[in-house]
Amino acid sequence: MATRGFFGKRPTEIEAGRLPPGQYLTEDFPVLSAGPTPRVDLDKWSFTLKDGVRPVAKWTWDEFQKLPHVKLTRDIHCVTKWSKFNTAWSGVMIDDILAEAGIEAATGFTLAHSFDGYTTNVPTADLVGGKAMIATAYDGQPITADHGGPARLLVPHLYFWKSAKWVSALQFTARDEAGFWELRGYHMYGDPWREQRFTGD
Amino acid sequence: MAIPGASSASRAIDAVTAAEPAAGLAPAHRLAWQEARVAAIHAETPEVKSFVLRPESWAGFTAGQHVDIRLTAPDGYQAQRSYSIASAPDDSGTLELAIEALPEGEVSPFFHDVVEVGDTIELRGPIGGHFIWDAPLGGPLLLVGGGSGLVPLMSILRHRARVAPEVPATLVYSARRYDDLIFRDELFRRRDIDPNFRLEIALTREQARDGLHFGRIDATLMARAIGAEVPRLTYICGSNPFVEAAASLALAAGLPFGSIRTERYGG
Repeated sequence: MATRGFFGKRPTEIEAGRLPPGQYLTEDFPVLSAGPTPRVDLDKWSFTLKDGVRPVAKWTWDEFQKLPHVKLTRDIHCVTKWSKFNTAWSGVMIDDILAEAGIEAATGFTLAHSFDGYTTNVPTADLVGGKAMIATAYDGQPITADHGGPARLLVPHLYFWKSAKWVSALQFTARDEAGFWELRGYHMYGDPWREQRFTGD
Repeated sequence: MAIPGASSASRAIDAVTAAEPAAGLAPAHRLAWQEARVAAIHAETPEVKSFVLRPESWAGFTAGQHVDIRLTAPDGYQAQRSYSIASAPDDSGTLELAIEALPEGEVSPFFHDVVEVGDTIELRGPIGGHFIWDAPLGGPLLLVGGGSGLVPLMSILRHRARVAPEVPATLVYSARRYDDLIFRDELFRRRDIDPNFRLEIALTREQARDGLHFGRIDATLMARAIGAEVPRLTYICGSNPFVEAAASLALAAGLPFGSIRTERYGG
């Protein structure tokens, strides 16, 4: 039923086709996080792949810089309703990280870990096949700390809380383990096009 | 949880998240949209109005949570936004939102210019399981709000006054001018009658009146707000620049990383 007196500032037809349901377009790049912004020194930064509790590969910042970097420009969609078009990232594709480590994805489920203790779960299939990267630059510049730098996970086809800021590790898990927000009422998968914001959506 | 390369900060956060109450955690069922009747509207400041809503079915919430609002145009176009709840959980079957009019906005101007008592608005909720407080979490509490970032802190303050007035709480509230202070009279009244509640107000664009700080929140004000007893939990809400500045001051004052929870508006 229509809301009395509401007509809205609707997007153009082209924009509307790129906006998932319930989203609006912003030119800004809003920041959201559960706590203060952690400042991670590059000489203390590392990125680890884990199979369960067992670390299987680990890179320092300098080692990570030597992995093949590619550009990925995508629309992103935050569960708080804003979407931003054509965000330009560069970093290392998860496919290339696995290839470099010389391993296959160990399980169908992955839990991303961050330096501030944040976690989020993503099916492994959504991280491989050219879908996701560990991003180290945005718009040609190092990612600022409030946007997740030095490095963040980028899974642009899922709601943006899945793109963990300050990422420190990807852990293959035996089952789909809920992360920080997923334990607090947010959806286990988070597909913006199916509007999977909250548990049960 | 031991992550190679993780900072000590992550362990501090784990300590806090382990203590979060069951309330506000994942609901077992879908959060359904429902209609809510607008029961009352009050002008709180020149730019903020409060709206008391009575949903068809409302099982309560945890202080600090928010709801999603959905508006539908005659042709089916819909817009959604999230708004924090200002009221404390009670058995009234209502909730209060305080909405700032954003000149370029789509939903907030509608609330300010169009919505009348008796209208129905669609909402679903409550939502949010981190920027919340209930008595088992204890205190002392440090609440730091900028502008409309006061709203979820007001819910926490009101709830604390009802269920745990012995928990020490300090609110540091930054606004542009005296007349921009949301719930000003109530805050002053609570300060005057509640020996465990301290109020520090910072006005950024108006010379301080007696007892009010002029300028942005700074290290001196933060130190005074923290006082002798280190807060167990700090809640900071406002625009991203405000939250970044306040969180940096809190960390610089020695508060543990994992004891600080933030919510950033504008997203």
